[in-house]
Amino acid sequence: MSLRNLARLGLTALFLTGLVAGGVRAQAEEVAAVSPSGILNVSYDVGRELFAELNPVFQRQWLEKTGAEVTVDQSHGGTSKQARSILEGLQADVVTFNQVTDVQLLHDKGGLIPADWQAKFPNRSSPFYSLPAFLVRAGNPKNIQDWDDLIRDDVAVIFPNPKTSGNARYTYLAATAYALEKFAGDQALATEFVKKIFARVPVFDAGGRASTTTFVEREMGDVLITFEAEVQGIRKEFGADRFEAVTPSVSLLAEFPVAVVDKVAEKRGSQAVATAYLDFLYSPEAQDIIASHAYRVTDAGVMQRHAANFPEVRLVTAEDVFGGWEKIAAEHFASGGLLDRAFVNQ
Amino acid sequence: MTGLIGAIEANVLPTPGGGDRQAKKRVGQSPWVRRTLIASAFLLAALLLLLPVVVIFVEALGLGLGAYFDAILEPSTLHAVFLTLLTAVVVVPVNIAFGISAAWCITRFEFTGKKLLITVIEIPFSISPIVAGVAYLFLYGSQGLLGPLLAAHDIQIMFSLPAIFLASMFVTSPFVARELIATMQVQGNEYEEAALSLGASGFRTFLLITLPNMKWGLLYGALLCNARVMGEFGAVSVVSGSIRGQTNTLPLQIELLFNDYSAVGAFAAATLLTLLALISLAAKLWLERHR
Repeated sequence: MSLRNLARLGLTALFLTGLVAGGVRAQAEEVAAVSPSGILNVSYDVGRELFAELNPVFQRQWLEKTGAEVTVDQSHGGTSKQARSILEGLQADVVTFNQVTDVQLLHDKGGLIPADWQAKFPNRSSPFYSLPAFLVRAGNPKNIQDWDDLIRDDVAVIFPNPKTSGNARYTYLAATAYALEKFAGDQALATEFVKKIFARVPVFDAGGRASTTTFVEREMGDVLITFEAEVQGIRKEFGADRFEAVTPSVSLLAEFPVAVVDKVAEKRGSQAVATAYLDFLYSPEAQDIIASHAYRVTDAGVMQRHAANFPEVRLVTAEDVFGGWEKIAAEHFASGGLLDRAFVNQ
Repeated sequence: MTGLIGAIEANVLPTPGGGDRQAKKRVGQSPWVRRTLIASAFLLAALLLLLPVVVIFVEALGLGLGAYFDAILEPSTLHAVFLTLLTAVVVVPVNIAFGISAAWCITRFEFTGKKLLITVIEIPFSISPIVAGVAYLFLYGSQGLLGPLLAAHDIQIMFSLPAIFLASMFVTSPFVARELIATMQVQGNEYEEAALSLGASGFRTFLLITLPNMKWGLLYGALLCNARVMGEFGAVSVVSGSIRGQTNTLPLQIELLFNDYSAVGAFAAATLLTLLALISLAAKLWLERHR
């Protein structure tokens, strides 16, 4: 390569840099100028396909109603990280999370949403919900039906590490709730029961996705515990004939809370469309799409149509059994708390 | 794959009885040892390096060509490719400029704090990218050191393109500089002194003497820098906000698709990143052959 060519290369690179820098600035201005025509939905990590199907429907409805085009951009990730990003300036107009506590952070740490955010939309601002359920191998060879089966000597159980995974914390709480009922509220016996389940877990992965890999591809364990909605996704991706979903008799309600991030929406003037978007999630049309992605919804008519996919289950709530998420954090998940006592020696 | 490994074994593994003739020589020189070493190197390379790359392509094409191209042509994946290339186009020239000035400074002048400067330049090598990302967050985030100031002027750095460029620049800044410092230290500055003493201006000296001498080091460094920029995950993951179609780079897109049970989508995106890396590798081979 001659010197002249090198110089030419350098000049071209410089030119491109300038071009790009200009483009970036133009884009930044554009975003600032037309922001109300688009909103950003910051969401949890495995909701990509669900919202990819929901958003075009909302855009069409909004166009019919107001005559204005609107786009809904998506950001997906673990909700603790997402909440942190919003606190640090990610311009989210709405959040659709899978952990109540991570929405609460937006109020507690940044004052971005009001304290009573759960009263802003129906059903405690949770347009759909799910529950920890079981996925077993085809034919259910170990005949696993309920939480009691998980402490059997011949059963290996797979779920992620409850110290690092929100998904596994739901599993821990659901198992504890079941045991508290079984032992008439005796916390010591319940902890003992959960400890026995932990003893049946050959490997604790860091997150839900890694546990799925352990169960599906490394073929370890007899039962994978994860959200019912994911159980369906796994069957779809890895083969419905290889796995069966089993719904235990009792499980814990897992809410999927939503909120308009007021501070951001006010600044961008997007409050009307952001609110309309979250309202839309409660409409029969949206609820039907949501139910087809294996989340349970509150619309009775929609649930009836999808009844075959949602076996009967008695759901208890974090509030009723444990006195709310704040108390759970202090009593169960704090260092040295009840989880640590059950998780000892793991 | 097994066919390939088999072929390697057949070609490289010793034939029985062939290894004892030179047994009196030193251990490392016996052909049997040598062949075993070579064979295991090939085997390990195949298992650890080649096999995963092959798997990426096999998995991506698992559902057929149609599904593969559908996955690649998905708008958010295409945008991720665009954004990754854009990041390289922005970051590599900046780091070239930085690398040249840093290397020029360090190899041609004596000054106090030179050792310190060299150490500072190498900081990104020793810091985990995720730490770099978090550091930027603490600096430019809403609740960070400069957050209130930026908010007052309505400047958004985090979770937008500038954040991705900044984080990538930080992580890859040492590549060009290190390559050039090594090259220029070896060469010394006799030619430049000769040019200057013959009356050439400083700029002319730089353009006609320094630059041609450093060009291979420069290209090599730029290439490494480019490969690293396109693959960067940790730092970018913290500061990008992962907005699909806006701030999601190719590595982030791969993670998202994988987490979301879209194996074909994830592997298809991974083949694109792999192809970009292979192009860099080919360019590097070409450079080495022509230097």
